[in-house]
Amino acid sequence: MVHTFQIKDKNIALDVNSGCVHVLDKLCYEIVSALEPPLTKETPEFLYGAIQDEPREDIDEAYSEIYELYSDGTLFSEDSYENIALDMKKRSPVKALCLHVSHDCNLRCKYCFADEGAYHHDRSLMSAEVGRRAIDFLIKNSGSRRNLEVDFFGGEPLMNMSVVKSTVEYAREQEKIHGKNFRFTITTNGLLLNDENTEFINKNMYNVVLSLDGRREVNDKMRVRADGGGSYDIIMPKLKKMADSRGQDNYYVRGTYTRNNLDFSKDVLHLADLGFKQTSVEPVVGDESEDYMIRREDLPKLFEEYENLADEYVRRRADGRWFNFFHFMIDLEQGPCVIKRLSGCGAGCEYLAVTPDGDIYPCHQFVGHEEYKMGNVADGEISSEIRETFENCNVYTKPSCRDCFAKFYCSGGCMANACLLCGDINTPHELSCELMRKRVECSLYIKACEAE
Amino acid sequence: MKRIKTLNSAVLKQSAAKGGCGECQTSCQSACKTSCTVANQKCEQSK
Repeated sequence: MVHTFQIKDKNIALDVNSGCVHVLDKLCYEIVSALEPPLTKETPEFLYGAIQDEPREDIDEAYSEIYELYSDGTLFSEDSYENIALDMKKRSPVKALCLHVSHDCNLRCKYCFADEGAYHHDRSLMSAEVGRRAIDFLIKNSGSRRNLEVDFFGGEPLMNMSVVKSTVEYAREQEKIHGKNFRFTITTNGLLLNDENTEFINKNMYNVVLSLDGRREVNDKMRVRADGGGSYDIIMPKLKKMADSRGQDNYYVRGTYTRNNLDFSKDVLHLADLGFKQTSVEPVVGDESEDYMIRREDLPKLFEEYENLADEYVRRRADGRWFNFFHFMIDLEQGPCVIKRLSGCGAGCEYLAVTPDGDIYPCHQFVGHEEYKMGNVADGEISSEIRETFENCNVYTKPSCRDCFAKFYCSGGCMANACLLCGDINTPHELSCELMRKRVECSLYIKACEAE
Repeated sequence: MKRIKTLNSAVLKQSAAKGGCGECQTSCQSACKTSCTVANQKCEQSK
């Protein structure tokens, strides 16, 4: 499968199965767009009729370059991965936990999928005992996997800092005994950041996700305090200090955009202007009846935003104002292997979420949806029936992914969005797919610009 | 080539043979949490 697309002056062909990206002149672009495999060595006769404004020798020359790529297996290459996908997740041990140390939050963000931290239950904090049991559960189920990950999540995890610390301490003891390497991350709104916990986080956390939506008015419309006031002025300086204290690396300042700020590129650039070098701003997901939710009619505007952001991104990275945008990151030579690309995030198999009570769910987004409860860390048994549902899901089990050029970039999309918004794990959330496809195109366009 | 510039080699095919160690970071632990963004993750073996 080959996906051809044009952004601004760039003509690009993505050979989906090999992962190769080709930047073409106008004539080659026209020819590749018209071809279907298998290709013949000689120029197909129909091309001379289809492209009448170019001399025959130019068409022959362009076609011969295209044929060379085809012969090398970097254009119109075949998909040979389906058999790998069949049972790859059956062998997967558990390697990552999202630890909900706090089902309470000191903000009341209006778009929160976590019911403002409570996850449709009483507000509660995880005990040190449950934290230890979660670590034991992870080690016990990790097989031969050496690198294990724990994300301290909420609600707001800094509201239960003592358990964050005791859990890290316990895991550090246990990793020596069991030959493991724990990597901790924390996702925080930053309200409770101070010098003491910043020092602890910087010493122990591999990655930090700091929540901020962008411009003050945009952030404060959705990310409000319990008393209804905005959070930007309190949080922004704390997040900036945290990012600087980490040398502007191994963190992301992460925002959510909604229908209220379809011009979200301004928010990304605002974060960059503040001096944040690692940024991520994502579309809101959730109940589509909410007035802030993205609608299909918003897509043209959002596509334009991504393209304009891509141009400004290239400009700034070239002129000394370098910054990184999570959804434009793509490593064409050393990215993840195809096996990871087929399996996706690993929710329900490799990646699980644990609530303050020790209940286990396929991922953080399923927490509170009782039908997805898989077990509890107290006895460590997990539902094989629910695990199987996730094991059996991959790019090839989703009909709408089969002909999608972005399938090896998103790995079939978010399974939580599929289950909770579309009612079926094999039915990806189409609006999210549209945005993902645009982000992949823009990422490749950026690579083409930066290769000049 | 005069008319085509290729930005990368056929890495996906090669990775089918040697990949799958599973030691890399889980994508939702990096920054997404509400989407699924896998292709921007790093391969543990290339670090």
